[in-house]
Amino acid sequence: MSQQTSEPEAPASFVAQARRAMGGNVRQYGMIFALLMLVALFQILTDGLFLEPRNVTSLLVQNGYVLILAIGMVMVIIAGHIDLSVGSVAAFVGATVAISMQRFDIPWPLAIVLGLVVGVIVGAWQGFWVAYVGIPAFIVTLAGMLLFRGLDLMMLNASSVAVPDGYQVIANGFIPDMGPNTGYHNPTLLLAILLIVLLVVLELRKRSELRKHEMALPPVSVSILKLVLISAGVLSFGLLLASYKGVPVVGLILGALVAIYTFVTRKTVFGRHIYSVGGNSGAARLSGVNTKRIDFMVMVNMGLLAGVAGMVFTAYLNASNPKDGVNFELDAIAAVFIGGAAVAGGIGTVSGSMVGGLVMGVLNLGLANLSVDSNFIQIIKGMVLLLAVAFDVRSKIQGRPSFIGMMMSGMNRAPSKPPAVEPAGAEA
Amino acid sequence: MDNTILSMKGITKEFPGVKALSNVSLNVRRGEIHAICGENGAGKSTLMKVLSGVHPIGTYEGQIIFEDQLCEFKGIRESERAGIVIIHQELALIPELSIVENLFLGNEGARHGVIDWLAATARANELLARVGLSENPNTKIKNISIGRQQLVEIAKALAKSVKLLILDEPTAALNDADSTHLLNLLDGLRHKGITSIMISHKLNEIEQISDSITILRDGRSIETLNVKADGINEDRIIKGMVGRDLNHRFPPHEPSVGEMLVEIKDWSVLHPADSNRYVVHGANLNIRRGEIVGLAGLMGAGRTELARSVFGQSYGRKTSGELFKDGKALNLKNVAQAIDAGLAYVTEDRKSLGLNLHDSIRVSITAASLKKIRRNGMVDENLETVAANKYRKDLKIKTPSVEEGVSSLSGGNQQKVVLAKWMFTGPDLLILDEPTRGIDVGAKYEIYEIINRLADSGRAVLFISSELPELLGMCDRIYTLSEGVITAEVPREQADQEILMRYMTQGKKQRKAAQR
Repeated sequence: MSQQTSEPEAPASFVAQARRAMGGNVRQYGMIFALLMLVALFQILTDGLFLEPRNVTSLLVQNGYVLILAIGMVMVIIAGHIDLSVGSVAAFVGATVAISMQRFDIPWPLAIVLGLVVGVIVGAWQGFWVAYVGIPAFIVTLAGMLLFRGLDLMMLNASSVAVPDGYQVIANGFIPDMGPNTGYHNPTLLLAILLIVLLVVLELRKRSELRKHEMALPPVSVSILKLVLISAGVLSFGLLLASYKGVPVVGLILGALVAIYTFVTRKTVFGRHIYSVGGNSGAARLSGVNTKRIDFMVMVNMGLLAGVAGMVFTAYLNASNPKDGVNFELDAIAAVFIGGAAVAGGIGTVSGSMVGGLVMGVLNLGLANLSVDSNFIQIIKGMVLLLAVAFDVRSKIQGRPSFIGMMMSGMNRAPSKPPAVEPAGAEA
Repeated sequence: MDNTILSMKGITKEFPGVKALSNVSLNVRRGEIHAICGENGAGKSTLMKVLSGVHPIGTYEGQIIFEDQLCEFKGIRESERAGIVIIHQELALIPELSIVENLFLGNEGARHGVIDWLAATARANELLARVGLSENPNTKIKNISIGRQQLVEIAKALAKSVKLLILDEPTAALNDADSTHLLNLLDGLRHKGITSIMISHKLNEIEQISDSITILRDGRSIETLNVKADGINEDRIIKGMVGRDLNHRFPPHEPSVGEMLVEIKDWSVLHPADSNRYVVHGANLNIRRGEIVGLAGLMGAGRTELARSVFGQSYGRKTSGELFKDGKALNLKNVAQAIDAGLAYVTEDRKSLGLNLHDSIRVSITAASLKKIRRNGMVDENLETVAANKYRKDLKIKTPSVEEGVSSLSGGNQQKVVLAKWMFTGPDLLILDEPTRGIDVGAKYEIYEIINRLADSGRAVLFISSELPELLGMCDRIYTLSEGVITAEVPREQADQEILMRYMTQGKKQRKAAQR
């Protein structure tokens, strides 16, 4: 029987091997595929307007803050909680920062630091109630939603507070062009090329590590195919942005955050602990995980990112307004669930949530490009959320792995078989 | 045959990987109290779930004939309509609702969807009188004692015009006075022609009240005893419960017992929600290196509670007790400290406390010792894969790859993953809580071999099990636990199942008598 446990080394066709390298299940990439189809559809319906460089740039600028919130939200949801207060917190931090600059003449870089600190403090406040008092996050953040909205309204006193030009750069700015006139935005091209180099280096390192530990290597052809596909994507997106004003600053912020948090959730002990607490907190506790600290930290992190999102949004609007951030929490939560996270916790990825957020963003922008009535856009978005999650739930009931959930984490993993169904009471 | 109210024939029920019932027969006469005895895991509760439709027709083989009718229950509602009512070990009452609301839950007798609460209350008073409970029917369930809740359950069954009442461990959570009252009530119901089936571990109660006893062992019906005609006593019941072939079920093992590793002294733990109830009281035990020490006790005796309390106080509130390892006192405040101190606890509840079922095998194995595979603050997935593959080979975890989800594994292989997880923490003392529960015989043997290997490598093993043959086959010494108190320490040579069972069922009164 021990023979059965050794690696099956049967010669597989190239397609099969490629499929395995992609996570073995092409269906897991369904949401990316859906996103691409959606883009193609709008491209056709708008006669090529949709993929105009200007339009793509505004897709990033208009959705940056929701995507930033979704990064924090997916971690909260993986840990088995929810945060309803992020819109109010974002508005509160935005107002604090705007007022600090306008009334107290604090220079904008320092004001940004202040905003981050306030975000952390807010997160610590909510984390304290969730983790150490044991109140469900739903209640704590519902209270927070009212509390921080109230503080926001009180500070702004029903008026807008403008923010200085330097500060506006974090949402509306672009990296200045430099170098020879190529007809494209040079720094953006350079960034795209650097990113591709980085991807190649990472893949090479992974292969050498695998070889060092004498583990099965995917065929070279598969690695190359994967790199070519991803590089082509990066390059065409880079060219698109480079033919307008280049990559917006908010795009850089978002890119950095996605990279950092993908790393944190996938590669660090803290990330592992978040999944274990959300997946089975009892088992996590009995494995020596300080579950309260994890709960606390995800809420602190959410506060921090809500602060970042709030500042990006005030910069985007050039001012802090009393009604900023209304319904942001719903957009962020929708992005996370379209991105394959489980309501009960334990499942979800940062990259999946980004795809989920982009699906919503593309729908918003594409339908607006088509001059669809905004009320109708809401209805369509609602249906998309419902259907995406329904599909996910169905595939889980049928024992398949979450369709989107393992999408990105499944890059180098084989899919699970359907779990053996064991009814409760089997051991009675 | 007119005398037989219920006849179950050739009942076989399989769960994936486990045959819970195998060709079981049960015949119950009208108007008797019929006890069902057997060790934990013998199949008693499963049999009752088959009878009451919890496991619907089609999920088992065999026939159920109740009142000369062939029964094919698709659910619990159908069995209740036929007059079979089961009262589960965990009471199915809703704490926030009143007695009267609970009594008629699902059986409201409403007219056009509207409940006549006045009539319901009047009827509730009648029912409560029948079970000898004087309580205002509008009292909330959470405000009355467990004993009274049990009576409400019976009244609820009476409200459904029950013909056959099934009680699963009815007195397990009750004190002596409540137990006596309950047993008297059952006796009274018998005179009114209501047949009862009672599952119980309390052999003295069974001897006292039941007319017949059916003994189950390993999912088979062994025998049916007639209490009055056969002159049955407790020893006779124990013999039926435990007698089985012990040869070749356990791998041969020559123990090499070394120095004292762990001593637990005067350990007392309070129930987390009830600060008056000791779940463990004044426990003393010790384990040497290379030794496999058993901890025997019936359900609710406090085995798991003791183990989890020792393991970084992860259960209840410790009021006294010292833990020594290698002669040095340890004061462990949480699980992380316990792991660092070289303790490991393999839970009895694999699915809800042992594994995160979303995880792959690789991630599960390293879950309790991520420190070991951390490099520059990162989890090194290559080291992790290497470690996981090592255990896959060592423990013969049957899977094509460590990337498979643990949910796809059989119970035995899941248990191996849990063992691997704790072996990877590098423990000196392993506390194994029911390590072979819900596992088929072949996998059990492999787990036994792993345990022997652990002991041979100089580790100490505390082996908690409900299956006495397993303890006798594996352990060098066995402690018995009853009602939170260690009642005996028996060396392997002197132990047999009857002796252990006697100490395990020793109640407070007997203990006091023995002390005098």
